[in-house]
Amino acid sequence: MPSHDVLIIGAGLAGQRAALAAAEAGATVAIVSKVHPVRSHSNAAAGGINAALNPEDTWESHAFDTVKGSDYLADQDAIEIMCRAAPDEIIQLEHLGVTFHRDETGHLGTRAFGGASQARTYYVADITGQALLHVLYEQLLKYHEQIDRYEEWFVTSLLQDDAGECTGAMARDVRDGAIEAFRAKAVIQASGGAGQAYKPTTNALICTGDGIAQAYRIGAPVMDMEMVQYHPTTLVENGFLITEGARGEGAQLFNSGGERFMERYAPNKLELASRDVVSRAEQTEINEGRGLDNGGLALDITLVPRKRILEALREIVNIGRDFAGVDITKDPISIRPGQHYIMGGIRTDNLGRTPVAGLYAAGECACVSVHGGNRLGANSLLDTLIFGRRAGEDAATRASGLPMPDGNLNSRITDEQAWIDSIISRDGNGRRVAQLKEELGEAMNQYCAVFRDADGLDACLQTIRRLQEQAESVGIDDSGTVFNQDVLGVIELGYMLDCAEAMVVSGVKRTESRGAHFRTDHPERNDDEWLKHINVTRTEDGTPEISYSPVTITRWQPEERKY
Amino acid sequence: MPEFNLKIRRYLPESGEAPYWQEYRVELDGHQSVLEGILKVRADQDGTLGIRCSCRAAICGSCGVKINGKPRLACNTHLEFAAGHSPEDGTIVVEPMGNMPVVKDLIVDMEAVHWKKIRRVSPWLLPEGEPPEREYVVPHEAMVDVTQSMACIQCGACVSDCLSMEVDPLFIGPAALAKSYRFVGDPRDGQHYERLKDVAEDPHGIYDCTHCFNCIDACPKGVAPMSQIMRLRRAAGSHGIEDRNNGHRHEAAFVENIERNGLLHEADLLPDSYGGKLHPRALPELMSSLPAITKALARGKVTPQKALLHPHRRHYHQVRKLIQAVESKEEPLELNLYITGYEEDVEATEHEAGETAAMREDVQEDAKNVASGPQKEPRQ
Repeated sequence: MPSHDVLIIGAGLAGQRAALAAAEAGATVAIVSKVHPVRSHSNAAAGGINAALNPEDTWESHAFDTVKGSDYLADQDAIEIMCRAAPDEIIQLEHLGVTFHRDETGHLGTRAFGGASQARTYYVADITGQALLHVLYEQLLKYHEQIDRYEEWFVTSLLQDDAGECTGAMARDVRDGAIEAFRAKAVIQASGGAGQAYKPTTNALICTGDGIAQAYRIGAPVMDMEMVQYHPTTLVENGFLITEGARGEGAQLFNSGGERFMERYAPNKLELASRDVVSRAEQTEINEGRGLDNGGLALDITLVPRKRILEALREIVNIGRDFAGVDITKDPISIRPGQHYIMGGIRTDNLGRTPVAGLYAAGECACVSVHGGNRLGANSLLDTLIFGRRAGEDAATRASGLPMPDGNLNSRITDEQAWIDSIISRDGNGRRVAQLKEELGEAMNQYCAVFRDADGLDACLQTIRRLQEQAESVGIDDSGTVFNQDVLGVIELGYMLDCAEAMVVSGVKRTESRGAHFRTDHPERNDDEWLKHINVTRTEDGTPEISYSPVTITRWQPEERKY
Repeated sequence: MPEFNLKIRRYLPESGEAPYWQEYRVELDGHQSVLEGILKVRADQDGTLGIRCSCRAAICGSCGVKINGKPRLACNTHLEFAAGHSPEDGTIVVEPMGNMPVVKDLIVDMEAVHWKKIRRVSPWLLPEGEPPEREYVVPHEAMVDVTQSMACIQCGACVSDCLSMEVDPLFIGPAALAKSYRFVGDPRDGQHYERLKDVAEDPHGIYDCTHCFNCIDACPKGVAPMSQIMRLRRAAGSHGIEDRNNGHRHEAAFVENIERNGLLHEADLLPDSYGGKLHPRALPELMSSLPAITKALARGKVTPQKALLHPHRRHYHQVRKLIQAVESKEEPLELNLYITGYEEDVEATEHEAGETAAMREDVQEDAKNVASGPQKEPRQ
């Protein structure tokens, strides 16, 4: 039975960063991931990573931009920690081998990004996430003696002792179906977002909210779940991401009349206003009939010099060619807002600790909260690294003072196996997993999107409840043990439904408009009543219970938000 | 919506049965991907069909498969393209990648081959001494240069189609060697010599590549692994690494032989690689290849006339001009996926383009001459 000081679930940037930090602090570490680490969704973060590293820039400026971007819902102490630590983290990554873009003098160079008052985004062409992920994986390989990698292991649930502390996780080896109990003194959830609860989404197929649901199921509260980011530029054809880096490099948005409509919505920052603002502007243009015939709007990247596109936006040249049939150096490309990121997640403190002792969370599955109502572009990579590191360090500290949890877990293994066998042996109810997933995704994209209202959210919640019931009896085809992706699909569907439920019940509650959560029936921000976080906790009978926690405000009092 | 026929190589390890082909029909737009086709099969018809996939946008490297016999990512191969290039009358043939054991259906054991080879090249930065207080100051171009190999998504397509690996499974291979160049080309790394020595001295290292270009064709990200291997060879040469496989001397002899003869004079190549016909090391090599030479003579592959009087010498000055033009460059000309520079240097670009075009004409002229060469020599 594998036993480690620190068990990390998920091997994207947050998980890998946590693993390195915990190992550096002397802990024994296991990192478990349902896919090979370099397949993680951190790959998709194309544009860059923010840091006030330039001598003319200040962490206060970065922090204020983040606070304003969050529509004042983020916790300012957490933002302060993140923005102060950012420059050192960039330097450390550079030392580990990240091939960051250099200016003509050979020093680190930056690009502009949305919602930022300075060009403070450091990048590697438009493969920043990929470059970071692969370099961190190089480090995991380097430190293989301290860090055990369990690649292609699917976590099915978290372990909890009688006192309610988290003591490990149960996982299935995807390759041969074996169930194993992983014992640990501390567990870090770093398993990413839940974008697959939406259709379309920019998120990878693996982003099914596993860690959020696993934590929620053992009583950890989730927070800010109503805050779902729609990215302003996703391909009309299939919802794929066109990096904000394009607009950072000078690309502009136009409606069907050829009007640069952002002049009306954000006269100062235009296309580089924060994402919720740009997405809302686009959706308004589309809803009021000024969209293109294909339902989108035009993103004109041809305004960026061709050589610059080929050096710095190479990946979207490929995406345009492969998935839209457009040469972006010659023609505008059609885009629309699309689900991209969830600001909410497992509630943590500034060290990544959740209210469940022994359980930590970092990255998109966590909510510290540094993004509040709306995340700034190029802050997500930063979030994963800073809070991944902090969680790793603190988990190692916790582990150093604790004995290895004991107790026989054989019966637990038998139970887990029986649960999976029961899914495999179901007769089914005539519906397929893919149908349920599609219905969920479409409902979320219709009702829990850029614009929301009470009726839509209620309808959405009813759909989710019905799907939850149907998911209990849905059948599958594959009864094997080797790469049975069918049975994992059922478990993932359950995770997504839990996440979706938390998003919608929170959305119903918040009767105001803030950040990404815009209620057409409550279009104003209401600081008197709603300058607080919504928490959702699962009760004994499985129903969600709402509670509230205060927003930490240190030096920036809420004011009107204009770009 | 058009209908597509997918013919998929199935293998279910628990069934005890040998691999078999199974056909499925899916209705989808032609510009949707083969992956979407497979996922639709899985969604509507057959949940047992195994394939790794995640991002759907050619950035995670999960869905490497063979489509119509060629390694590709299923997610960025359009159905209509695949159907149009089908060897079987529009039926899209999908099978697992090559050179790696199959685990189930389209899923191969990347760990047993690909990742083991990646780990073989110490794939992490090894800087010399303490790091600076701030970032390492390195040329803009150097970072752009290694970004081409950083663009690798570890999908295994190049490994799948590597001919050298098919013959020598121990060959370090295109992906891992491209990874190695990522450090050799990185000015921050302090172990360039050691890395180069390692992959040059390994009999399954950089000189094991046969220039077949398959990896360049296979790579969905333009990493051009073979080009990275050639860069490693050039770097090994400029570090003066004379490997025990004689790879470097062989390569130098190759260029020198062509410069001298205009077209490869094979009879000279072997002795040249060992320092010339009179070199003490060349003799045993020549002796040991006597059986091969005798056979070649017997079968008419080599004639004494051809071996002694190389037929293509009259074109040598044009080839020599080319080689000299390339070698006179202060910095070697490297073709990179990521272009660097700014639109302002239009003049420079045009000038360069002009130069290249002129050179291309020369080459074409030369190629014509060379191509017509053998036809004038009647086969005996």
